[in-house]
Amino acid sequence: MTAKQLSVFIENRKGRLSEVLDVLKENGVSIISLSLADTTEYGLLRLIVNNPEQGREQLAKAGFSTLLSDVLIIKIPHVAGSLQAILKKIEKEDINVEYLYGLSIESEQAYVVLKASDAQRTSKVLEENGIETLLPDQIAKL
Amino acid sequence: MIWNETKECMSRDEMTNLQSARLKKLVDYVYHNVEFYRKKMQAVGLLPSDIRGIEDITKLPFTTKDDLRDNYPFGLFAVPNSEIVRIHASSGTTGKATVVGYTRRDLDIWAECVARCMTMAGIGKDDVIQIAYGYGLFTGGLGAHNGAEKIGATVVPMSTGNSKKLTTMMVDFGATAIACTPSYLLYISEVLQEEGLLDKIKLKSAICGAEPWTEKMREELELRLNITAHDIYGLSEVMGPGVACDCKFHKGLHVCEDHFYPEVLSPETLKPIADGELGELAFTTLTKEGIPLIRYRTKDLTSLTHEKCECGRTSARISRFKGRVDDMLIIRGVNVFPSQIEAALLEVKEVTPHYMMIVDRINNLDTLEIHVELSNEFYTDEIRGLEALTKKISHVINQAIGLSAKVKIVEPQSIKRSEGKAVHVIDNRKLY
Repeated sequence: MTAKQLSVFIENRKGRLSEVLDVLKENGVSIISLSLADTTEYGLLRLIVNNPEQGREQLAKAGFSTLLSDVLIIKIPHVAGSLQAILKKIEKEDINVEYLYGLSIESEQAYVVLKASDAQRTSKVLEENGIETLLPDQIAKL
Repeated sequence: MIWNETKECMSRDEMTNLQSARLKKLVDYVYHNVEFYRKKMQAVGLLPSDIRGIEDITKLPFTTKDDLRDNYPFGLFAVPNSEIVRIHASSGTTGKATVVGYTRRDLDIWAECVARCMTMAGIGKDDVIQIAYGYGLFTGGLGAHNGAEKIGATVVPMSTGNSKKLTTMMVDFGATAIACTPSYLLYISEVLQEEGLLDKIKLKSAICGAEPWTEKMREELELRLNITAHDIYGLSEVMGPGVACDCKFHKGLHVCEDHFYPEVLSPETLKPIADGELGELAFTTLTKEGIPLIRYRTKDLTSLTHEKCECGRTSARISRFKGRVDDMLIIRGVNVFPSQIEAALLEVKEVTPHYMMIVDRINNLDTLEIHVELSNEFYTDEIRGLEALTKKISHVINQAIGLSAKVKIVEPQSIKRSEGKAVHVIDNRKLY
């Protein structure tokens, strides 16, 4: 099952990141995980939030360029080699992993956010292999 | 030295008579050979016989760059293509080129005018001259080339793009003159310095044009290279380089007035204004056959003087340019209109047509950076997606203006909006 990731384009200017966070805070959108990819001139902030649609609407209103995309939030046992095992299954299907970042770590298990070249097929691959992914309503409750 | 003393030093009365005779002939010629002019004259009830002398020129309607564009490609030509021996083109406001055609006689006159300019710059048959303007559709290379051949100089057609070869040959061939844009010459001087060749060159004169430059820039070039530098002016619509040039006294540019009649117009009324007053320069090509132009508005701001120069020439002189009446920029010798950028950006759905052009001169070369606003919704959450977008924008801009620009994507709404006329350009070069 895929989840929605909220991406925001931000220029590398002082204070810009906190302005994004301000908008989210004011509208009660809470961040579950984030990753910031940066170049010398701009950054791409990728967010997993409890309410991506609401977050997107408010950020667009505040003048930010935003995008919702499908990602997979995969549950991984806290055991060495388990991420690799999952990635191998995805790669075997000729699906590209575009990027990946960690979500949270509990004592037994961790989650990673994964963006694949084909989210739906990846979802199927994971399902077939009995690998758990987080559902949107589960995310909202985190 | 004066190349053509008869024409360059004739008395004002003689010049007026010559211009009057040529204008009458020209008006008759275009009326009968170019539908565009005939219709324009008919619209204001004007017959060729109404033009009895140069003083009647103000009765004639103006011609603009838009007219050339609207009649693309050959609509304003006065002769069939069998008489045209060469085509040149420059960029227009909407990406459509402005096309000009030359008869054999036009090319001869062009070479004659450039020969006068070269002579003004102290260049003669004993000189070895490197032509470092682009050869091709741009008039700079071939225009300067033919004039330099006419005076009998040893011509080295370098074209642009290989500075190392240029400096090597400058030394090895003992080049004494160079024709190129002033910013390129400044760059060349740095290359020479870096390579430790400054004291090995025999350069004595440079004839620079195709972009506006300042008196200070001239002094800088002269000092660095131990030469005299001259300003050659021209525009492809009128002919190309060689319309005017400054002599060793550097007190304005001598216009080849027997071929190009200059007027300086009040920006408000478009009526000719007194000598010394600043206005828009217009030219009437008195002898051109291929694409004659009547009162062509150059959009360049200058003033005129008819006083005799210390060099002995009596021809009218235009002052160094003080700016433009439109928003055209000259970047690395290429005419660029902000509207071209706008039109190009409209083709890219990921961005808004809001943009800012930042023009600068770094290490003596013009740089162009364009900030483009991302639209509210974007289409990628990957860096490589944004990089691909940047590349795509660079490509459409390059296609539109023929220059490479550094593109920077910025946030929506981050480019300052203005209430009146939009500001699309920040020009950090000090050109005027």
